[in-house]
Amino acid sequence: MPASEHLLVAPVLLPLATAALMLLLGEGRRGLKSVLNLLSTAAGLAIAIVLLLQVAQQDAPAAFGVYLPGNWPVPFGIVLVADRLSALMAVLTGCVGLASLLFALARWQHAGVYFHVLFQLQLMGLYGAFLTADLFNLFVFFEVLLAASYGLLLHGGGSARVRAGLHYIAINLVASLLFLIGVAVLYGVTGTLNMADIAHKLPDVPASDRGLLHAGAAILAIAFLAKAGLWPLNFWLPPAYAAASAPAAAVFAILTKVGVYAVLRLWTLCFPADAGPSAGFGGPALVWGGLLTLAFGAVGMLASQQLARLAGFAVIASSGTLVAAIGFAAPALSSGALFYLSSSTLAGCALFLLVELLERARQVEVGPAQHDDGQRALPAFVEAEPPPDVNLDDNEEALTGRAIPAALAFLGVAFTVCALVTAGLPPLSGFVAKLAMLSALLELRTPAAWTLFGLLLVSGLCGAIALMRVGIRHFWTPQERPAPRLRVIETLPIAALLAASLTLVLQGEAALAYARATAASLQAPTLYIDAVMGARPVARTAGGAP
Amino acid sequence: MEVVISLAVGVMAGAGVWLVLRPRTFQVLIGLSLLSYAVNLFIFSVGSLAVDREPIVRPGLAADLANYTDPLPQSLVLTAIVIGFATTALFLVVLLALRGLSGGDHVDGQEERP
Repeated sequence: MPASEHLLVAPVLLPLATAALMLLLGEGRRGLKSVLNLLSTAAGLAIAIVLLLQVAQQDAPAAFGVYLPGNWPVPFGIVLVADRLSALMAVLTGCVGLASLLFALARWQHAGVYFHVLFQLQLMGLYGAFLTADLFNLFVFFEVLLAASYGLLLHGGGSARVRAGLHYIAINLVASLLFLIGVAVLYGVTGTLNMADIAHKLPDVPASDRGLLHAGAAILAIAFLAKAGLWPLNFWLPPAYAAASAPAAAVFAILTKVGVYAVLRLWTLCFPADAGPSAGFGGPALVWGGLLTLAFGAVGMLASQQLARLAGFAVIASSGTLVAAIGFAAPALSSGALFYLSSSTLAGCALFLLVELLERARQVEVGPAQHDDGQRALPAFVEAEPPPDVNLDDNEEALTGRAIPAALAFLGVAFTVCALVTAGLPPLSGFVAKLAMLSALLELRTPAAWTLFGLLLVSGLCGAIALMRVGIRHFWTPQERPAPRLRVIETLPIAALLAASLTLVLQGEAALAYARATAASLQAPTLYIDAVMGARPVARTAGGAP
Repeated sequence: MEVVISLAVGVMAGAGVWLVLRPRTFQVLIGLSLLSYAVNLFIFSVGSLAVDREPIVRPGLAADLANYTDPLPQSLVLTAIVIGFATTALFLVVLLALRGLSGGDHVDGQEERP
């Protein structure tokens, strides 16, 4: 087996090895750890990009990389598969991870001892969840990424984080139990855990077991949708994301997409249009659940008084859009949704990073921000005058470096770009994504399609109004404010994320072509099933290791 | 035996759900533990319940599920137990941290307003 084929397992092994090494280094040596973490994260992104290029170069029917980690025959051993969707998600993970890490290197890495270890384990869980083709292995990677996210959410301490963390952990533990029940039922019905094998065996499930099968699939979907933040399973999301430290929240921008990915992967695989009595099972539930979530997210964006909560609701709105668009099972719409997924993940990550810089800029002026727990109404419309004894010195003086003279200008431009992408206004990637979805919706002409059409436009308007209000509050109303102190390493990841978002527009045709090919291959699950089931273990040569 | 297992799963899941919905953190913790026991038993039962059958193939006995019990759910349960135990322990730590920070054991960190 050539070395290049082992590349598929590298995104999982690399963070694991790095995390183990960093644990051995003990509690000190932050400089060495941050270098290791940076190298490993950058290498992970590079590997993901190589995987994506490998998959993108091939023609659609053969665009699968299949890897058998234990070299067991297919339905029995764990399988890792990189197809277009997995590779895309892996690249997004790498981008989000690298940006958050760079941001964290400025300040946040000092707030806790095991930040770097948790960060690497988080990346390992994400890469693994996107690459695995085994249902129980997916559960294990889900738990890895969740366990790391519990730690990252609590990173920095404080009672707001602990309170939000307790809710977050409790909800995710219950969701994990639902996940297990769903997996167990699917195993009981089909007798296998390999996703491709499950999809392969579903048409032969006897009619008497159909009810059980559908119940199991629905329970599994609830677990994923709770992770994706679908209404009404998303009340934990805005407080948790708002309480998390900026780099952690930025990584969490892709955590909801894991739920969306799992639904997209399993639903297209198991219940395609030609699946007989189970064809399209649950599609309407996905569509209407997504629509409600989108509406909830849009209203929440208008209602939130704090930028961090607004960003949380923006994440909810993008999840709703994605789930609704997936539920139509229309290739043109799905390809627009995949483009939207890339765009909204990058913009969401940048927005969460910006939140902290903007809050810091504001704290210089009006004192520490009040914690907004959603209970007290309307705290922020009336901006208080700065208290007379406000300390204009930043507490982090020792940590922050030289002030960028153009700091405020940078923040303004970055915020505007972020807002344009999030609200889906031209000329940036959010607009291209929404345009692709809207034009696909015009072809469908069903009541649900018209509802999504209208909601996409209205939610864009709501997002634009909410973000514009924040922009006015942060950039126009303050007078004679001292320039906020930013470090280059904090502005770099935001600029890079927004540049990536801009690249999506400039290379729009190529990106959309990739999204179309992804949607087409998702629409034809037999290709995936054949690729996985056709994989053969490497024969042991007489000479020794393969 | 199916009745006994079903009853056990049902009673534990019911008690677990009730406890998870309670406002005290320790009740939530016990509820989560009970729920995970119920789920573990449930996973165990999907591999068809059998008395006196082992999952290891013996020479001379045909290797099908008529003669053996399914080994896979047992290994799944083992994994689920380990993961559930670890995450529950983590929840316990956060519970104690919240108690230290808020001085109470309400899940919201403060008592409900009257």
